[in-house]
Amino acid sequence: MADFTEEQIRRYSRHIILPELGGKGQKKISDAKVLCVGVGGLGSPNALYLSAAGVGTLGLIDMDRVDVSNLQRQIIHSTPDQEKLKVQSAKEKINALNPDVEVVTYTEKLSSKNVKEIVAKYDLVVDGCDNFATRYLVNDACFFAKKPNVYGSVFRFEGRATVFDPRSEASPCYRCLHPYPPPPGEVPTCHEAGVIGVLPGVIGVIQATEALKLIVGIGRLLVGRLLLYDALDMTFREVKVPKDPGCPLCSKHPKIKGLIDYEQFCSGV
Amino acid sequence: MAEKKHLDIKGEVCPYTFVKTKLALEGLSSGDVLEVVTDHKQAVTNVTRSCEAEGHDILSKEQLNENDWKLTIRKK
Ligand SMILES: [Zn+2]
Repeated sequence: MADFTEEQIRRYSRHIILPELGGKGQKKISDAKVLCVGVGGLGSPNALYLSAAGVGTLGLIDMDRVDVSNLQRQIIHSTPDQEKLKVQSAKEKINALNPDVEVVTYTEKLSSKNVKEIVAKYDLVVDGCDNFATRYLVNDACFFAKKPNVYGSVFRFEGRATVFDPRSEASPCYRCLHPYPPPPGEVPTCHEAGVIGVLPGVIGVIQATEALKLIVGIGRLLVGRLLLYDALDMTFREVKVPKDPGCPLCSKHPKIKGLIDYEQFCSGV
Repeated sequence: MAEKKHLDIKGEVCPYTFVKTKLALEGLSSGDVLEVVTDHKQAVTNVTRSCEAEGHDILSKEQLNENDWKLTIRKK
């Protein structure tokens, strides 16, 4: 009990009451270090709920500034935040929400030069990025560093989420699903595709849920299962994602042995 | 050798009566005994029910005076 202040006992009481969490589970959350890649549509609910839950250290990577076109879905940012760096805007909200959380911000472009060093500082990564270059880089860096990677993506009315856990021999990686990025120009960019604003909320909260389960060590994770959400149809489907024995990254005979900087372009998936 | 610990949560209301009891129990070993003193009458029922739901034994419930109750709980 000495580990929690009176305020923390009250703040986290609904967690502590849960038989699956208790004070021990809450302590794990307080000790956890989570890296949010992107503080946009997916990163907003992720950062807010993980902060509310009391994650001890939250890393935020985003080089963009808040634009009025973000506000339809990126709920951590507000109208007066326009022109601010997204990580700064997010940090202000998080500090106001929960002073227990230490926020570390990164505004440099994530690349093969810095990703290894940044990922090494965290227990797990929540991928809320919007482009293939970062997605593959994060996947590969998490694989090499053996850090769980909570994946989410949104496109028009459809969202997807899964967990890649390289600590487990049986877990697939993102390249088991899509071995290589499509050539630039072949997929519609995020600006062309559009997205219903509530969609990243649903998927981001699923990611945050999986992140908390990973931290506490409870429940059944989305490892090897891809959750597909159709907002128009209001249905969830699940497809098995087996580890690909021919995966260029995580198979026994990998073709990829180092980090790759792909050309940056937008992606929904 | 089983330990006996005392927890005074007078002034505390639900659900913090149980939250504090639970945290104190987490700090004990299986078989240890926790004595909880509360002046929140509903806690006698609520803390008992919640502790039992988590598998702990309520050894006794005792009214100490006009305001205070004592619960004796053995950790699972
Ligand atoms: Zn793979």
